[in-house]
Amino acid sequence: MGNTTAFMKKWLFPFLLILLLATLPFYTGPYMMVSITSILMYVCLTVSWVIFCAPTRYMSLATATFFGVGMYTSAVLGEILPFAVVVACGGFISFLIGLLTGFICLRLKGFYFAIFTFGLNELVRHSVLWWEANVSGTVGRWVIILESMTIYYYMLVIVLLTVLVAYFLRRSRFGLILFSIGESEEAAAHIGIDVTRYRIIFFAISCFFMGMAGAVMATKWAYIDPRIAFNPILNFTPVLMALFGGVGEIYGPILGASLLTAISEVLLSRFPYYYMLLYGIIFIIVISFLPGGLVGLARKWRKEPLKN
Amino acid sequence: MIKLVLDVIITSLIMGGIYSLIAIGLNLQYGVARVLNVSHGEFVMVGAFITFWAYKLIGINPLISLAICGPMLFVIGLFAYRTLFHYLRKSSESIDVFEGRSMLASFGILYIIQNIALLWWGPNVKMYTFLNFPIKFFGLALEANRLVALLFTLVVVLVFYLFILHSNIGKAIRAAAQNEASAQLLGINVHRVLALCFGLGALLAGLAGSIISMMQEITPLMGFPYLIIAMIVLVLGGAGNILGSLVGGLILGAVTTIVLYWEPGLSLVVSYAIFALILIIRPQGVLAR
Repeated sequence: MGNTTAFMKKWLFPFLLILLLATLPFYTGPYMMVSITSILMYVCLTVSWVIFCAPTRYMSLATATFFGVGMYTSAVLGEILPFAVVVACGGFISFLIGLLTGFICLRLKGFYFAIFTFGLNELVRHSVLWWEANVSGTVGRWVIILESMTIYYYMLVIVLLTVLVAYFLRRSRFGLILFSIGESEEAAAHIGIDVTRYRIIFFAISCFFMGMAGAVMATKWAYIDPRIAFNPILNFTPVLMALFGGVGEIYGPILGASLLTAISEVLLSRFPYYYMLLYGIIFIIVISFLPGGLVGLARKWRKEPLKN
Repeated sequence: MIKLVLDVIITSLIMGGIYSLIAIGLNLQYGVARVLNVSHGEFVMVGAFITFWAYKLIGINPLISLAICGPMLFVIGLFAYRTLFHYLRKSSESIDVFEGRSMLASFGILYIIQNIALLWWGPNVKMYTFLNFPIKFFGLALEANRLVALLFTLVVVLVFYLFILHSNIGKAIRAAAQNEASAQLLGINVHRVLALCFGLGALLAGLAGSIISMMQEITPLMGFPYLIIAMIVLVLGGAGNILGSLVGGLILGAVTTIVLYWEPGLSLVVSYAIFALILIIRPQGVLAR
């Protein structure tokens, strides 16, 4: 009986939240739906960033790259294939590029990985820009337009998928493997973990979700060009959101992404000119004063010891 | 043909010199102070705008502005380190954690500086004309401002290099770059040296910006590409290696200029490709020992 209560306690809130989100279009207006879709997008990007980067402590700054790959997939294939297939393709192409990237930067340790991924985004952005200008003869591309309700449900499904994968991964053997790589790569290799293989595969898996999110969100913008698709700011946003929420628990990044997106939507509508400036200030405050994020704050408040 | 070659050589030297200045600045900040300052390009932009307004409003000669710009940015950099990065360093449990946090914090600084600049100066491209007459040189007409820029870049780089090599402060900086703990044991106040390095990094970025404004258009968004270039040179020369950044900057300047003459759209792509290749093949830096 006690088991059932514990089970209920644990799953009741997530279940109610999912129920609420699934029936949301029945009680909110279109403006709210668009805002919540963008919250879902950031939750997806942040959680998929956390899947690989938090346990292994490899800071990837290429979220925008894989998101943009998804967007371009949507722009190129959007009119040829059914949309669900397009989304899957976006994820899959991102996954393949993630595999390739993981394979290329095998030897990069620690901080060089961050610089490499940061440069990768610029490389892809300028290559696509050049390709579009000289080979396709355009700057941007039009994407098929979908109803905001359809976008919302696609995004909701992707977010659920991402969070479920992230949640079960943490509790599985693979989660422990990723943590041990983060603690000490050499020690992990010595106890027989194929560090290289897991690094590549899980990096690619986290790219998969970013690609799917990109494929869906492209339809919201309707027009994309390399500057929008590979916007370097999006490389940093998931990192900030994850740090703000704290990566110690699965609810940390979700909470961080939701709150920060909501805050920035409010800032954007209230102070359109000072929005980015305020965002920069929030960035510095979060990094200086919230080292464990909201999760760390909650633990400190409950006087639990800080762990990873 | 000879004209083209000469033109390419001189442009390479100008670009290379500016890249070296900016990269040495970033190298002091990352190689010594361990802050991968993503807002480094913004300091270049601030330097350019200070020079621009000093010329437009008060009519100060851009060459004299160098002497105003440098100290101003030095103070800004010193202040940023003393307040923010020093705090982060003390509150981080390891140097790796500090590197991650300080890089993200500097991204916040990038946002702040860039948006203040956008609000204050507007997004439009600005330019002033300075020494805008040609000088005949082996049958080649070169603008005087480019030659002056070349001269001043080389002088600043050389003076700074000699300063690092021979002065006591320079020796302390190199000691801290090699081994912080030992430097501390030898009686060097490491925290002061690190703050100094950060300030000097900002100073070099400001000087570079000042020189850039003499010959190119400036906008509040101009900084970011220079950051990327500085990072490429940093990787090329190896972190903590000042001579490496100097040579690396000149090499990258030559490469980008040659590509620019051959296919303008690919100039940045080629520099990123070089960057990626170096990181993959020799992450410790091509010119590192």
